[in-house]
Amino acid sequence: MSVAVAKAKSDQSDVYEREELLNGCQAVAHGVRLADVDVIAAYPIRPYTEVMDALSKLIADGQFDAEYIIADSEHSQFEIVKHASSVNARAFGGSSGTGWMYGMEALVVTATDRLPPLFVVGNRALDDPGAFGVEHNDAMAVRDMGWLLCWVTTPQEALEHVLIGYRIAEDKRVRMPMGLAMDGAFLTHSQHMVKVPSPEAAKKFLPQYDLAERRLHPDNPISVAPQINEDWVMELRRQNWEAAKRARGVIKEAYKEFNDVFGERYSAPYYFEEFMTDDAEVVLIGIGTVAAPARTAVRRLREKGQKVGYVNLRWFRPFPTVELRECLSRFKAVGVVDRDFAHGSPDNGGILMHEIRSCLYPAKQRPAIVNFMGGLGGRDLSIADAQKMYDITQQAAKKDSMDGFVTWIGLRE
Amino acid sequence: MSTVPTIDYEKIKGVHKVPLEELYTSGHRTCQGCESATTMRGFIKVAGPRTVVTGSTGCMYVANTSYLTTPWIVPWMHTQLGAGGSSAVGMAAGLRALKRKGKIKDEKINVINFSGDLGAGDMGIGGISAALQSDYDLLIIMYDNESAANTDIQATGLTTYGAQTTFTPPGTKHPIMQRRWKKNVAGMLAVGHRTCRYVATACATYPPTDYLNKVQKALNIGGPTFIHTYDPCPKGWDYHPRFSHDLGELGIKSGLYPLYEVVDGQVIYTYDARKSGKGRIPVKDFLTKQGRFDHLKEEHFTYIQKMVDEQWDEWEIPGVAPIKGILKARI
Repeated sequence: MSVAVAKAKSDQSDVYEREELLNGCQAVAHGVRLADVDVIAAYPIRPYTEVMDALSKLIADGQFDAEYIIADSEHSQFEIVKHASSVNARAFGGSSGTGWMYGMEALVVTATDRLPPLFVVGNRALDDPGAFGVEHNDAMAVRDMGWLLCWVTTPQEALEHVLIGYRIAEDKRVRMPMGLAMDGAFLTHSQHMVKVPSPEAAKKFLPQYDLAERRLHPDNPISVAPQINEDWVMELRRQNWEAAKRARGVIKEAYKEFNDVFGERYSAPYYFEEFMTDDAEVVLIGIGTVAAPARTAVRRLREKGQKVGYVNLRWFRPFPTVELRECLSRFKAVGVVDRDFAHGSPDNGGILMHEIRSCLYPAKQRPAIVNFMGGLGGRDLSIADAQKMYDITQQAAKKDSMDGFVTWIGLRE
Repeated sequence: MSTVPTIDYEKIKGVHKVPLEELYTSGHRTCQGCESATTMRGFIKVAGPRTVVTGSTGCMYVANTSYLTTPWIVPWMHTQLGAGGSSAVGMAAGLRALKRKGKIKDEKINVINFSGDLGAGDMGIGGISAALQSDYDLLIIMYDNESAANTDIQATGLTTYGAQTTFTPPGTKHPIMQRRWKKNVAGMLAVGHRTCRYVATACATYPPTDYLNKVQKALNIGGPTFIHTYDPCPKGWDYHPRFSHDLGELGIKSGLYPLYEVVDGQVIYTYDARKSGKGRIPVKDFLTKQGRFDHLKEEHFTYIQKMVDEQWDEWEIPGVAPIKGILKARI
């Protein structure tokens, strides 16, 4: 392994071909180009649409060769992607908010058909009332359906996770659709300098898509998804379940291989990243761009001598249960930031908090947990908000009572 | 000025010339007398083994492809009820990209979707419309048995006026619950998609081999194509299974089911039900042979006859487009 890394490092001069100012959407478009995707199906909805805008221009200018289909609805869009994937074409789609929900039937069968296209979700609040801003309930709606689901926090990560996403999804041991989520506006439309990999490096990392014995082609006459009823559904559900379990290992492999080609971009355990947690007593954990104000708050509080840190959860499905349990049980208190809602749920909090509480239940030493509902509908989560969340979490570390452990941040009351 | 369109295809001249090879075989459990099974068997005989098929949810999904007993010799995949058009587009696009990039052999592979009237005519019509706007080579066949036959016979947008279904039972207050006139799907798709070169209506068994040749033409003309088939259904229409073929023929001869092709903007009547053509038999001769119309009274037959007469005698393009003419007066 050390030899491979050293070799990769020596070629690193040519793994990136240029540096460019790109927003999250444009970065994803370049990821799709570098993945040599065969079929793209587009349908407009803010904020993800700019991915498709950028791709159509790349194709129009001859910088990228793919079938580009303007669908008549998200349902058709996702079905086109699914069926393109079934004939062994690498396929790409995406959506946001209610558009994602409109195509939900197609999203479910893509997973139960065990097909591995990649979809980008520019997270958006669900109607009604209409709102463009970020909320995570759209992407999270597929969390129990057999999807891979991960969130990125920068355009660089967004581009790279198109390649990493296909690598994991298409792996023979996985074959699950990949949802690549990014916060609407805060990431879809914020520009960063992005190192754009060379096509050669991308090709070196990402093998060709091969559905093998399950591809639909006259040379391979199979029947896919016949009527099954009570005879075999449980066994098939079990296969999905096993694939989702196996995916955890494949994710690790994929990041290691990515590092081999592109240098040490990601560090173990890959599913999440920790920021200033080494001696931390209290941490916040969140998904997506809330990482930016949270990390700044950590730095400021550290200057005052407070032992705080931040955990950015990248992979939500499969959930990194063991690693996250090990990580979070080191702390006295954990504040979970939910940019989503789960009305009427056991603790009347967010989806992520329930997942984390469930994950920590078997831990020998459980931290106190508090929950923050914040940034819904795209409301800004500021550095001051993050500091307030650290304050509340630090107080929770000192007392046993769990009273009022869900706090709505930034709510007008 | 009209020009006669030409299609380069191998014509099947008579039932003895129908390909013997079966690509839809044993393993299905369609009902006795199922006309849609004949429709299905026919299109794949003509299309041959270099074909991929999607089947939308419907009776012909549930009855045909039970797990571990598939009747399909060609690759086949289920698609969702409203995804007939998009499934064909997805497969055609994928195959085209793979051929262009040299990832698979560059050869003609037929792409066919088979959807019912509920799937294609109601839920999936938007996706089929989009498919017919594309430039992919694909064929969508709507098998129309005038009901949601898999869920115990519910009315769809294509059910004949007056028919009894489980959603439209005749009652003491409302003797006719099915008050919607049958949706004109083929006509709508033909007039709405200018670059689509071939739209046809057909019946699997009448006239003999006509349907098979229409499939041939659709697969050979190039681009997206659509065929609407009239499929009598013993279970849904309530008649003895031995009469399936006869009912298809009577439906066409009564003028209720216009049989035609629209090729490059030209209408060709397969069965010319105009008075100046072969004419038509009274609708009653067709309707009274089915239990689903048992409750109809004379006034209902009169109404249906009037509607049928109008579509053949008064429309500018009889049986195809419900436009009676251009008004000279302003209103």
